[in-house]
Amino acid sequence: MNVYADLPLLQQGIHTLAALVLVSSFALLAQSRVVATIQVFAWQGFLLAAITALVAWETDLEHLYISAALTLVLKAFFIPWLLIRQARKLGILREFDTIIRPGITLMVAVSLVIFSYNVVLPIQQFSQSVTRDAIAISLALVLISMLMLITRRKAITQVVAFMSLENGLFFAAVSATQGMPMVVELGVAFDVLIAAVIFGIFFFHIRDSIDSLDVGLLSRLAETDE
Amino acid sequence: MNTLIIWSITLAQIVLFVTLAPLFASWVKRIKCYLQNRRPPVLLQPYRDLRRLFAKEIILATNASIIFRIAPYIVLGTMIMAASVIPLLIVQLPLAAMADAIVLVGTFALGRFFLALAGMDVGTSFGGMGSSREMTISALAEPVMLVVVFTLAILASSTNLSNIVSYVLNQELVFRPSLLFALFALVLVGIAETGRFPVDNPDTHLELTMIHEAMILEYSGRHLALLELAAQLKLAIYAVLIANLFFPWGISQSVTPVALVLAALALLVKLMVLGILLAFGETVMAKMRLFRVPTFLAVAFTLSLLGMLSFIMLEGR
Amino acid sequence: MNVIDWVLIIPVVGALSLALIPNARLGAWLNIFISATGLAVSIWLALTVLGNGAITSDLFYVDAFNVYLVVLTLLVGMTTAIFSRPYMAHELDIRKLTPLRLRLYHSSFQGFMFTMLLALTTNNLGVLWIALEGATLATVLLVSLYRTRESIEAAWKYFILCGVGIAQALFGTVLLYFAASRVVPDPDQALQWTVLYEYAGQLEPVIVALAFVFLLVGYGTKIGLVPLHNWLPDAHSEGPTPMSAVLSGLLLNVALYAVVRIKMIVDAALAGGDPHNPQLAGYLMMAFGLLSFIVAGLFLHRQRDIKRLYSYSSIEHMGLMTFAFGVGGPLATFGALLHMTVHSLTKSAIFMTVGHASQIAGTQQIDRIRGIILTQPVVGWGLLIGTVAIAGFPPFGVFTSEFLLLTATMKSWPWLTIPLLMGLAVAFAGLFRHLHPMVFGKPPEGQLPIAVNPLPLLLHLGLVLWLGLSIPRFLAEWFDEATRLISGSSLL
Repeated sequence: MNVYADLPLLQQGIHTLAALVLVSSFALLAQSRVVATIQVFAWQGFLLAAITALVAWETDLEHLYISAALTLVLKAFFIPWLLIRQARKLGILREFDTIIRPGITLMVAVSLVIFSYNVVLPIQQFSQSVTRDAIAISLALVLISMLMLITRRKAITQVVAFMSLENGLFFAAVSATQGMPMVVELGVAFDVLIAAVIFGIFFFHIRDSIDSLDVGLLSRLAETDE
Repeated sequence: MNTLIIWSITLAQIVLFVTLAPLFASWVKRIKCYLQNRRPPVLLQPYRDLRRLFAKEIILATNASIIFRIAPYIVLGTMIMAASVIPLLIVQLPLAAMADAIVLVGTFALGRFFLALAGMDVGTSFGGMGSSREMTISALAEPVMLVVVFTLAILASSTNLSNIVSYVLNQELVFRPSLLFALFALVLVGIAETGRFPVDNPDTHLELTMIHEAMILEYSGRHLALLELAAQLKLAIYAVLIANLFFPWGISQSVTPVALVLAALALLVKLMVLGILLAFGETVMAKMRLFRVPTFLAVAFTLSLLGMLSFIMLEGR
Repeated sequence: MNVIDWVLIIPVVGALSLALIPNARLGAWLNIFISATGLAVSIWLALTVLGNGAITSDLFYVDAFNVYLVVLTLLVGMTTAIFSRPYMAHELDIRKLTPLRLRLYHSSFQGFMFTMLLALTTNNLGVLWIALEGATLATVLLVSLYRTRESIEAAWKYFILCGVGIAQALFGTVLLYFAASRVVPDPDQALQWTVLYEYAGQLEPVIVALAFVFLLVGYGTKIGLVPLHNWLPDAHSEGPTPMSAVLSGLLLNVALYAVVRIKMIVDAALAGGDPHNPQLAGYLMMAFGLLSFIVAGLFLHRQRDIKRLYSYSSIEHMGLMTFAFGVGGPLATFGALLHMTVHSLTKSAIFMTVGHASQIAGTQQIDRIRGIILTQPVVGWGLLIGTVAIAGFPPFGVFTSEFLLLTATMKSWPWLTIPLLMGLAVAFAGLFRHLHPMVFGKPPEGQLPIAVNPLPLLLHLGLVLWLGLSIPRFLAEWFDEATRLISGSSLL
């Protein structure tokens, strides 16, 4: 039981931050105000950047500092700023998104965490380092973001869910494998950036076509009524 | 000889706890007044109120049963019982043997049960409404409390509060995400259970929102004084629990005068800081609508579960 | 500069220049020209690979398996560009489009080609992911090109579903990298196909199995495997028809290519047998493939939109290919490679005729498209022959490949031939019950022919016919080489 206490403080710090990232994804799940959702997302990006910097410090990998800076700029500042700006333009910054049965959603999310822990459990016997836990947490982050994607109705909060899914993947890459090769990380960051911009364009298209950002209204192409 | 000293210290600790509890409530109120640009009442105002209420005669409704009359004593009794077992200044006192965390939760539940009964006893609409709300909240808050207790118990391999405090005290500097979440969850539960913002407003009798005040609306005189004291004691108990379980530094492990004085000083500082934080939180937050409270407690429950999970996932190996 | 660089640079230059050229009609011609140049360079690349063997570098890896897909991609890209010139001009004439959006279309078209070629030629699993995500990004604005409510819904669905799906693939990639970085000395190379093949036997089986599940789900979304297929019919039906042609003909192939490559690594890693079944990857692919094949076949019957009809047919055939690659073995692999080729040729040809047919009728509703063969014989016959070919009639190439697949299944999984044959019959019925009135019915009053360039159609169907009658020697050897790479032993 005392093995954890024997870890270096730096790793404990990484663990604690990782747990906080998990909490932030729960907060995203439970938060219904559009502006608060975006703010929580920004905090999540900030935490991720902090984790990346700590991992970089621990492992002395210089390219991780670059990804930390990239994450900070992109996910803690630029994308939230972009989303808030667009939400303001569309006049939905202060609006609420409906969350279906918040209590049950949260419990489902908790069971997802347990599920992901069980999925990675077989890896344990081969792994001495912290990576197994990191994989469990990142899997949980990915699954919770998908849950958020399902339970939301507004396009903008769905985008936040999508981006936080990306955060979970990034977390896996940083904490389990000490970062991917540089070319991959740059490429992924670029893709995320383009995706954010295209999402922005989409908000206006959706609003122009249905006078709302409630994508629940987009249901004409269902296979059932054919 | 030694036993005598220890028992007298134990007794002194209980008396100190009960007598100083109103002071903590008053301190919170004072900070709140400063933050809201109001002039605070003197620090001893709660004692004056209590004295005044004790002097007043008791007016009972004609249909009040025995439950209504004994409830204040039971409620205060449970609170004193809880206060007597919590490690305040020293760990491992003789009474600490019964300082079981699950018993503590049960003790709170007993007091709440009688308070809710008393609220319904006279049959006024407000009393019943308050009782029903109180039970709703506590039904949601109790599991959280238990999960927090379990997390701490797994950590220290004991449900005894004193052992948990010693364990936390004796470990080296460790970042434990589980403790962090347990702390947050306990704070949220404490807020809900002691009827503070944003769940309940302790200062008003606004009929649409009140919970605790609605139950004790029919009480007067000595009964009211006892209930008020019990409420203040509950707040202090939660504050001490949070302070000593998660930040036990300074608490004394031996019965020497120096250590005792240091422990008292440390506790004083911790409680003052907690009071400031509580007052600050209550000032910046708006009261939430009643039907949002379950969500609030669901968040607390999730946090406590996450605390336990992160202990198992991240720390348990 | 070597030839692979040129293959990639041409579409990038194309995308940039097409974005800058304001004249849409000039842009259409330029699009054809760029695609044709790309095709020429790709043939040069193919000859190089054929002559000197696989090209391997840190960035690129081209062997017999992907070089033929490169040529196929650029061939379909060029013919689609030829087809889209009159098609998009008509859309412009009937005011469904503005010149500005046409510019976006041309530029994105080349951007999409670039991502396809990058995904095929890269040596890096991570770059492959980036390219496939880039393919979504390049095409998502094309799906909503018409800005109707339905098209925006389709594009949103496409974006979210494919984005989520492909995120799973990234998770799988991270896991694979995690497994590889333990055994590969230089972690920067741990995501390269060549390095992964070399070390595959030492990878941690548990992690690799987990990674494969995520990668299959992720890229399976792009392949359109049931139950992750929801975006596919919508995106195909609401986007412009040339888009549907390249999505069906190319994107699905490239995603399948990724899965097959990964399966090769996973098979090697799980070869030890413990603690997972060594054929885990194959079984998963067979299950997903068969499910998609049957479900899509059934869905064919209830379609009312002509483009949705044929997009379900695409799902059906992708399911069949996934199944065949899952079965493994030289015969099934050879059949699947051939099927990839003929399906993408036939399906893009069908989408071209479908596009023209719906322009003639002015609608995509199946019950309002009537008598195409009387109004414009080229389109009508094209649709008829294309559908006959895709349904697996001899003498077309689809028959040959399906025959090979059935034989392979009969050999290793005799019982599974029954659902396969039934699925083929169901799909055949589903296609022809809709096809007959569309082609032979009585045309409504005043239905007029439109401007059509029949060249791409003839080229595709001619190639499919040729492949059905006799596979040319160099192509057969090529497929055989790829089969040897994938399944370990050659067929011929």
